[in-house]
This record gives sequence, structure tokens and C-alpha cells, in this order.
Amino acid sequence: MLKIEGLTAEIDGKEILKGIDLEVPQGEVHAIMGPNGSGKSTLSYVLAGREGYEITGGTASFNGHDLLAMEPEERAATGLFLAFQYPVELPGVGNANFLRTALNAQRRSKGEPELDAMQFLKTARARMKELSMPEDMLKRGVNVGFSGGEKKRNEVLQMALLQPRVAILDETDSGLDIDALKIVADGVNAMRGPDFSAVVITHYQRLLDYIVPDRVHVLMGGRIVQTGGPELAKQLEASGYGSVQAA
Amino acid sequence: MPAVSETIDAVASVTQGTYKYGFETEIDMEFAPKGLNEDIVRFISAKKNEPAWLLEWRLKAFALWKTMEEPRWPAVSYPPIDYQDAYYYAAPKKKVGPKSLDEVDPELLRTYEKLGIPLKEQAILAGVEGAGEVPAEGGEARMPVAVDAVFDSVSVATSYKERLAKEGIIFCSISEAVQEHPELVRQYLGSVVPQGDNFFAALNSAVFTDGSFVYIPKGVRCPMELSTYFRINAKSTGQFERTLIIAEAGSHVSYLEGCTAPMRDENQLHAAVVELVAMDDATIKYSTVQNWYPGDAEGRGGIYNFVTKRGACRGARSKISWTQVETGSSITWKYPSCILQGDDSVGEFYSVAITNNRQQADTGTKMFHIGRNTRSTIISKGISAGHGQNTYRGLVKISPKASGARNFTQCDSLLIGDQCGAHTVPYIENRCMTAKVEHEATTSRIAEDQLFYCRQRGLSEEDAVGLIVNGFCREVLKELPMEFAVEAQKLLQISLEGSVG
Ligand SMILES: Nc1ncnc2c1ncn2[C@@H]1O[C@H](COP(=O)(O)OP(=O)(O)O)[C@@H](O)[C@H]1O
Ligand SMILES: [Mg+2]
Repeated sequence: MLKIEGLTAEIDGKEILKGIDLEVPQGEVHAIMGPNGSGKSTLSYVLAGREGYEITGGTASFNGHDLLAMEPEERAATGLFLAFQYPVELPGVGNANFLRTALNAQRRSKGEPELDAMQFLKTARARMKELSMPEDMLKRGVNVGFSGGEKKRNEVLQMALLQPRVAILDETDSGLDIDALKIVADGVNAMRGPDFSAVVITHYQRLLDYIVPDRVHVLMGGRIVQTGGPELAKQLEASGYGSVQAA
Repeated sequence: MPAVSETIDAVASVTQGTYKYGFETEIDMEFAPKGLNEDIVRFISAKKNEPAWLLEWRLKAFALWKTMEEPRWPAVSYPPIDYQDAYYYAAPKKKVGPKSLDEVDPELLRTYEKLGIPLKEQAILAGVEGAGEVPAEGGEARMPVAVDAVFDSVSVATSYKERLAKEGIIFCSISEAVQEHPELVRQYLGSVVPQGDNFFAALNSAVFTDGSFVYIPKGVRCPMELSTYFRINAKSTGQFERTLIIAEAGSHVSYLEGCTAPMRDENQLHAAVVELVAMDDATIKYSTVQNWYPGDAEGRGGIYNFVTKRGACRGARSKISWTQVETGSSITWKYPSCILQGDDSVGEFYSVAITNNRQQADTGTKMFHIGRNTRSTIISKGISAGHGQNTYRGLVKISPKASGARNFTQCDSLLIGDQCGAHTVPYIENRCMTAKVEHEATTSRIAEDQLFYCRQRGLSEEDAVGLIVNGFCREVLKELPMEFAVEAQKLLQISLEGSVG
């Protein structure tokens, strides 16, 4: 279970998260919606351990592990995965090399045997097929020259390979056409199960037609201001965030 | 696929402040007295039983050297070197023809072991009789590597000789070549780098003790990579290697030079000279992984590496390609160059230079376009970390006759931390209207978002830096032969130990 209590954080002295409370039990998928600049990406970075944020109060834990006390790679090793809103380019680093290095780093930390190049390629190719990704994306530099949609699919591919226990998807649907959106949704739905939970950050309710969330939260001004079932997303789509009163 | 997992293992085995190859072998030496004068030059020549012309050649070099001054223009600084306070000759005690590895000095074998040289090759290197023969049914899947080990100043052994001899290829120490093929040595020695070329080349010409000699006959494609492991092994012994590679018309050879060195307190001078000659349609590929002791975190005790490397593309359509990965030494002063004499000849320079802690590197290349339609490519990747200072210095010179000449130069610098420096000094002298010269340069830092992205996927910070740096160097690393590529990747990461966090 991902458990966040009273989390406050600032950047450059400016308070962005103003007391977040959120619980995502194992096996559930929660959506976070909210207007631009409300702190959604900040929340995901703070949970994943990016530098530059000052945590001024509150707690965040995953299955009892204090996330805030860990290095980013340790958080990854406990099963936390972040699909970036803006995936980062690593020029000259082959995608296959990167994926295998990451996968093996995580396998090592779990005491599992590393995959050799052949085993890895077999697994990676199978996952890529499911995501309708052309095989040459393994050879190219990580995210270099990828279209917006390719970058997002590459994030989902990494998630599928790393098999996290909690995934935060930060606007993974933005910039995708409906076909790509379905593929990404299939990727997430394939992971659903009793030992997987997800936080799906999105602007649009249309993604939630394909990934049906257990709960929907509205984040505004650094606070969760409303929580409901899937119907809340539809309601927001119809009447906009203006209808939600900042608490 | 690049073996990054091996990189991680290699890093895990190295703790900061210790140098993986920092060990010293105790083998009895026969020293010449300390210092440098005409008598020492004569001593070296006599020790090596050299013909009179070579002694004269050395003495001329020594006379020139005495009139020259150490270059001051490189962007490096170091205390004055006392050339009289060093030994100019040291050799392992002679042991002829051991019958098996049991008879070989165990210290020597331990050295090889630490270098990671496989047992079979150790026997060859140590000169065990019969160890160099290759099975008649070529059962090896990979291209074999022939090794000519320079253990201190004397080549301890040369391998695969017989197989190469079948093709008419000569691969031996330069001392042996002086004895066995004096006419070739006499014809080409100093023909690319003359004795008085520069201060360090003159010094080398006077006192060179050993090095490799390669001769590839007309039309022969060398069936294996030729490789030399250099090691510096006696306290205060300067190393003056001399390498000469001749590729006759239509021939092809790939040569690998790699080095590691024992840890020591005093600075050590190394001034090698490498000369390459390529005739019509010949190709020489020369790859270096240089990993000499860089000194401790304060810069104490590292190697001074002042090298002159130059290749002459004498023939039409000939090609000389230099690839270097420079991770070691406290000071590197090195400009592998190409003289593009033959029409349509091609020169290439691919370089990665890392400076960490207090390391200083002033390195680059010179491309002299003389023939028509000559082409050159320069790709330089400089990485600075800690207090490292990294200078790319390059010259592209195009003579009036080099119509249609082309050069492309790309210099990329990567900075890690804010105490280091990167400098790019490209000189272009174009005296030909129809020639085209392109230059691109970038300076970047490892971005915080790149590190975070990698760490979010489970990589440690150091592994992330290693991965990003290897990516930055990819265009150069892909030019290395397989055998070297993996080792080079490890070295890049090891060299940057402790540069982040
Ligand atoms: N590096 C930064 N420095 C200062 N302010 C920032 C920085 N990053 C984000 N912010 C501010 O934090 C707020 C929340 O941003 P973000 O978390 O990206 O919102 P969202 O993802 O919901 O659109 C915004 O007002 C944004 O301008
Ligand atoms: Mg955002």
C-alpha cells in the first residue's frame, strides 16, 4: 500500500505540495486529475526521490518502507516506478543496453539472477510486440529522436519489463492518438493484479475509459480537494475544474 | 551488446583511491647508471648489439636533443623534470627458453595474472617453447590476438609468430627487427618522425630501448589483431618505446596498444614514438587504450605521457585511422597525426580523453592534407571531472595542391562537477580554394534529469554516470576492436570513480 500523510514540499522556497493525504491499497488503480500547475508532477517526483525538492513535512511509505528516507534507486528497488511526463533522452546509450542494465540492476537488488543478452532480448521483443513497438527502437538511443508517442510507449515498455509493484504514470496519455492510447491502456491493464497498484495522473477522462480506476482524486493548489469513484472523472469532464471548490 | 553489467562489476571491485593495476613486480634488473650522456647512448646501443649506423643515428638524435627545449605551449603544468635523475636502460634478467610455465619467474606470471592475460597467452608471453603454435584445425571462433609484451624495456616474448610468418608478416620487437631486418628498419626509422622533430621525439630517438615492429607485405590482410601490452615496471625508469608499422600496397592491419602500470610515488616519464607508413591502398588501424597510473587524488605519482605518433599515407587511397581512449597518466601530451600525401588518402582520429582529480590532458591531432581529394575525420570526446583539465588541440592544414580536400572535425566536451575545465583549440590553415573544412564543437554537462531518470530505473549514481559517459563516447568506442571495446568501457567508468555525489 502506498500511503501519503500530510506531505508538504517546496522548491526554491516556494511551497508546492501543501499537505497531501493519499492511500492506494495494493491491487488498486487510482487516478489523479487536476489543472496544470497544481502539483501533480511535483508529487510524482517527490515520491520517486528527485533532488531539488525540500520535504517540509508529512510522510510517504510503500508497504511499510519509508520512501522519503531512501535514494531514488532504492525506491525503484522496492518496486516504485515512475513513467515520466517528459521522458529523458540519453544520447548514445542504446535503448536495449539501458533497459537491460536497469532490469539487471533491479534483479540484483532482489537477489535474482541477471539476464544475459539473449534472454533479455527474448523478453523485450515479446513485450514490444504487445505494445506495437518496432524492433529498431531497441537499437536507437534512449528516447533520442523518438516521437512523443514513441517516448510514452517506451515508458510503458520499461514498466512492463521492470514489473513494478506501484507505478506512477504522469500524463502518459498526453499527446497520444486513440490507437496509441489503447495500447498504453492495455499495457497498464495487463499489469493489474493483487500485487500491483498504480497512480494514473491525467488531464483527460478519456484515458479512464480504458483504464478504469478504483478511485479518482482531484489535486488543486497542492492539495487533494475531492475524491470519488470513476464517475467523478466524467463529472469533471462535463463541468470542468471550476466546479470543484478548493478546500 | 556492450557489457555494462561487467562495467558495474569492475566498479564494485575498485574502491576509491586505489588503482586496480597498482602493483609492482620484483624482478632483478640490469641497470645502466643513472643519467643521460653520450656514454649512456653508447651503452644502450652496445647492450642491444646494434649496427654502427644505428648508433650514429642515436648519437645524432642526442646531439639534437641537447640543443632543444621542452615544449611550453601545451596547457599542462608540472615541476621541472631532471633528466639526469633517471635510468635509461632496464631489462629483466635473461632466462633463455623456459621449458614450461613452472620455469618462468612466478613474479612475472603474477603480473600477467593481474593484467587478466589468459594462461595460454601467459605461456606464450613468457617464451615457453612450443606455446605459440596454433592448432592446425583453426577451432577458434574469435579472431585471435597476437601479443608482443613490452615488459619494462625488453620484449619478453612474441606470439603467433609462426602463423604470421606464413603470410610473410613480420611482427617482432624493434630490437629483433634491427637484427633480423636491418634494411627495413634503416629505410623507415625516422622517416615519419625525424630525430629532431620535437624535444621528446629526439630524446626517444637517442635512448629508445624497445617497442614493436610490424611489416605487412603487399596485398596481405593481417589475419589477426596485433597487440602490445606496455608496462612500466622499474622505479624511475623512463620508457622510450619505439614502434614502426609498415603496410605495403594493398595490405591491411589492425594494431592494438594497451597499457596498465604499477602504482609508485615518483613521477615517471614516458616518451614514445610511433611511426606508421601506408602505401597505395593500404589501411592501418591503430587503437590505443591508455591506462597508466594517473596519480592519487592530489595528483601525486602519476605518469607523464609525452608521445609522438604520426602516420604517413604515402600511397594513393591509403588510410590511417587512430582510435584512442586515454584514461590514465597524470599528464598526457599527445597528437596522433596523419600526413595525407597520397591522392584520395584518408586520415581518421577518434579520441576519448578523461581527466579526473588532478589529471591534465592536452591532446588532439594534426591532419596534413597534401594530396588531392584527401579526406580526414576528427571526432574528439573530452571528459573532465574533479579538478581535471582537458584540452583538445588540433591542426588541419591544407596545402594549395590538395584540391578537393575535405575535413570534418567534431569536438565534444562533457563536464562533471564545477572544478574542472575543458578547452578546445582548433587551428585551421586552409590554402586551397576547393577544400572544405567543417568544425563543430559542443560543451555539455551531465544533466540532473538524465541522472534521475537512470536512478529511477534502479541504477546507482555511479552506474548512471558510467552509462551516460559511455553513451557520450559511443561514436569513438564503436571504432575500437571488440577485444578493446569492453575493456575501454570499464576504464571509462573506473576513471570517473568518486567524481559524483
Ligand atoms: N523547478 C521549479 N522551480 C520553481 N517552480 C517550479 C519548478 N517546477 C515546478 N514549479 C512550479 O510548481 C507548480 C507545480 O508544477 P507541477 O508539479 O509541474 O504541476 P502539474 O504537473 O500539476 O502541471 C507550478 O506552479 C510550477 O510552476
Ligand atoms: Mg505535470
